[in-house]
Amino acid sequence: MTDSAAETRIGEPIIELRHVDKWFGDFHVLKDLNLEVKRGERVVVCGPSGSGKSTMIRCINRLEEHQRGQIIVAGIELTADVKNIEAIRREVGMVFQQFNLFPHLTVLENLTLAPIWVRKLPRKEAEDTARLYLERVRIPEQASKYPGQLSGGQQQRVAIARSLCMKPEIMLFDEPTSALDPEMIKEVLDVMIELAREGMTMVCVTHEMGFARTVADTMVFMDRGEIVERGPPTEFFANPKSDRTKLFLGQILSH
Amino acid sequence: MAEVDVTQDLPIPVERPRPVTSGPIAWLRANLFNSIPNTVLTLAALYLLAVAIPPVIRWAFFDAIWHADSGRACRGAGACWAFIGEKLRFILFGRFPYEEDWRPLLVVVIFVGLILASCDRKLWGRRLAVLWVAGLTLVGVLMSGGILGLTEVETSLWNGLPLTLVLAVVGVAFAFPLAILLALGRRSRLPAVRAICVGYIELVRGVPLITVLFMASVMLPLFLPSGMTIDKLLRAQLAFILFAAAYLAEIVRGGLQAIPRGQYEAADSLGLGYWQRTRLIVLPQALAMVIPPLVNNFIGAFKNTSLVLIIGLFDLLGTANAALTDASWRGFYLEAYVFIAVVYWTFCFFMSRYSQMLEREFSKGRR
Repeated sequence: MTDSAAETRIGEPIIELRHVDKWFGDFHVLKDLNLEVKRGERVVVCGPSGSGKSTMIRCINRLEEHQRGQIIVAGIELTADVKNIEAIRREVGMVFQQFNLFPHLTVLENLTLAPIWVRKLPRKEAEDTARLYLERVRIPEQASKYPGQLSGGQQQRVAIARSLCMKPEIMLFDEPTSALDPEMIKEVLDVMIELAREGMTMVCVTHEMGFARTVADTMVFMDRGEIVERGPPTEFFANPKSDRTKLFLGQILSH
Repeated sequence: MAEVDVTQDLPIPVERPRPVTSGPIAWLRANLFNSIPNTVLTLAALYLLAVAIPPVIRWAFFDAIWHADSGRACRGAGACWAFIGEKLRFILFGRFPYEEDWRPLLVVVIFVGLILASCDRKLWGRRLAVLWVAGLTLVGVLMSGGILGLTEVETSLWNGLPLTLVLAVVGVAFAFPLAILLALGRRSRLPAVRAICVGYIELVRGVPLITVLFMASVMLPLFLPSGMTIDKLLRAQLAFILFAAAYLAEIVRGGLQAIPRGQYEAADSLGLGYWQRTRLIVLPQALAMVIPPLVNNFIGAFKNTSLVLIIGLFDLLGTANAALTDASWRGFYLEAYVFIAVVYWTFCFFMSRYSQMLEREFSKGRR
């Protein structure tokens, strides 16, 4: 994709982190983070384990609380105000490493639950939307099954569809393929690539560098709670500036 | 089977190894006589059964007296079921006005009907809730009367099986929601809410039910302003609800703690609020997980209702005891207690079957 095309696709900032700090007890897990994600931008966050990348992404929809600095999502600042938090969560979809589907509900019920109760859609409309998204993640035939009857890859695709049913403006992915068997990673990545093509704003924590090269507008490398380096993927992979980035890329691209 | 052409190069089907044992003899050998100690135990158990069972059967059936006009005519080697026949109405309904018998009878039928309706999965949801509210209202009207041309019957005359069922069913119906609130409160982030719930649960659990009943019936009136009285049955019912709730709360809490964090996070990230998350995601899973201990507790609560005897309410056990004081039918303790034991057992057995059905229902498609 050329730069000019990217520029027309990418709009105004939709996520802003300003001087964000967070501690777990005495452990300083996020250190003065500054990050801006624009509408339509695809950001891939990578870094060694324990670097704070999951914590950062979880701060964006307040699954974790930051202690200093500002986080503004879709024009709403995240504060302790529950109204703001719930407003932001309606616009931000999240996909977890462990899928976190609701095991007591069928696939269809998993997908329609939030649209019916949070968006107050009529059941019929919610089900139509749900079937549409199941089609898009290529498992329409599993609608009446329970999550426990599906494979890991299918479950993760259901989880993605569940988030999409809320028609979010932003999708957060927290290591979506890390808990999958190798043969199922591709089916999930394919769905994510398609989503990226459609212009969804995405922040994705992942170690799948092939995926990152394909979809990312911006690569972010984190280590020890800091954003060490960021830039377009071509530059990031070919010509990393920091030694820590070089070391990390060397480790994960060597095989 | 057709002849197999051995010249063809077909894979030879490998037969699945069959269990070596089948049939009743093999089963006996495998389960009861598979070693010398087990053989000895089996024989000893058979001997004990042979000694114990025939006399019981003889007492209960062959030597039993089924019809007699008085207690004197009813003394023999076997059980005097004529006593139960004579006192059945009194044991079941106690001192409820004789000519109004159909009312407590209908109440028992309504309770059994409600319980059976709850077994039908198709009725679950709003319809069942409406059915319960309507059923319990009807029970209240039938028992107390005073409207619709029914004679008013004061609660001290609510005796026997209807009283046991009212205490148990109304008790659990109110204790269960209260228990859920207490369990949620115990896990609340608000320190005051948490402290109240923990304090309540620990206090009530640390006190025997009899003490709670005594306090409700003897001490509570002392604290009320003079002239104000609360119905004795209502006091016992309240004590019963508050007591059962503390135990149920701890069971519910066990279920809540078993829900993985990811479920909360998924619900939160979809924008569900606290109550939506609790009602739609957390409780359905938590409660399904604790069905066996919950029903265990319901059964315990059902039998605990017999303790209201202590404060002068005549439940099933109370009416049976009262029936035994009839001068012309004195001394048939065994018959009376066996009879009410059978009644209690029937209800408890049904509850345990119901619990097994629920477990199967909730585990469908989850394994």
